[in-house]
Amino acid sequence: MCPVWREIVFWLCAAGAVASGIVVFRVDSMARATFALLASFLFGAGTILLVELTYLGILVVLMMIMEMVIMVVFMVMYMMNPAGLMPMSMLHNQKGSLAIAGGTFAVLAAGVYLVDWPTSRAPRPEQPVYSLGEALMGSKMLVMIVLGLALFATIVATVVLATHRGRYDRYGDRLDRDRPDDPVRGGVGR
Amino acid sequence: MSLQDYLLLAAALFSVGLFGALSQQSIVMIMMGLELMINAVLVGSAAFWYFAAPDRPDGQVVVVLAVTAMAIEMAVGFAVTTAVFRARDVDMTDMAADLRG
Repeated sequence: MCPVWREIVFWLCAAGAVASGIVVFRVDSMARATFALLASFLFGAGTILLVELTYLGILVVLMMIMEMVIMVVFMVMYMMNPAGLMPMSMLHNQKGSLAIAGGTFAVLAAGVYLVDWPTSRAPRPEQPVYSLGEALMGSKMLVMIVLGLALFATIVATVVLATHRGRYDRYGDRLDRDRPDDPVRGGVGR
Repeated sequence: MSLQDYLLLAAALFSVGLFGALSQQSIVMIMMGLELMINAVLVGSAAFWYFAAPDRPDGQVVVVLAVTAMAIEMAVGFAVTTAVFRARDVDMTDMAADLRG
């Protein structure tokens, strides 16, 4: 792609990402907010694709589509204003938040333009994904191991949190109750 | 298209996400703010890889890390929300402020 087009596409993606990010907190419906967030992620992935990270860009696109489609189910579950029947403000402390966010942006933007960022003349790899795979299976393998452990811990934690009544509720903390303490009689073994 | 442009975009995304995380009442909407902030990390680290150190894979590894963090945050966030909602019928932060100092 020629540089002018890359420039145009980048600024379109950047404007789209920030605009749809703002829309997330402006719309009334939480389901719409989720799809606005998806749009923001897709525009963000566009900028990642522009720096030749094809694999990671596509990964973000696919993952975010799936994640947001799951998320919208939960959003409908916990919707604060279902079908527009309960109009209410979803915000608290709006002025303070706006001031803190604006201040953070000012500080970060000042840093972006004041810091002398390093540049590299090193040649870019032909296939960035190849060097990523080599790193994850070699020098950066610890990262991958920790990520795997964290994901496994997530599976366990989410199941524990989502369980309504587990065996410790039924058989006591030491699992020494003869008969389970259930609110309703019946079931297996009783 | 320079490192500065990318970092400016990341700063803007981060600030919008911060505003959302601070201002929303619903616990699930706070998670949307957090996700936007992690999106900023994605954009920033991809730009750092491309402009500052393309010969080393570190920037790409950070992107992988951030994507995973996002998935974990969403899964655990919804599990916590469900547990809180089930225990006390609460889905807003102001109603779960027991630990307020």
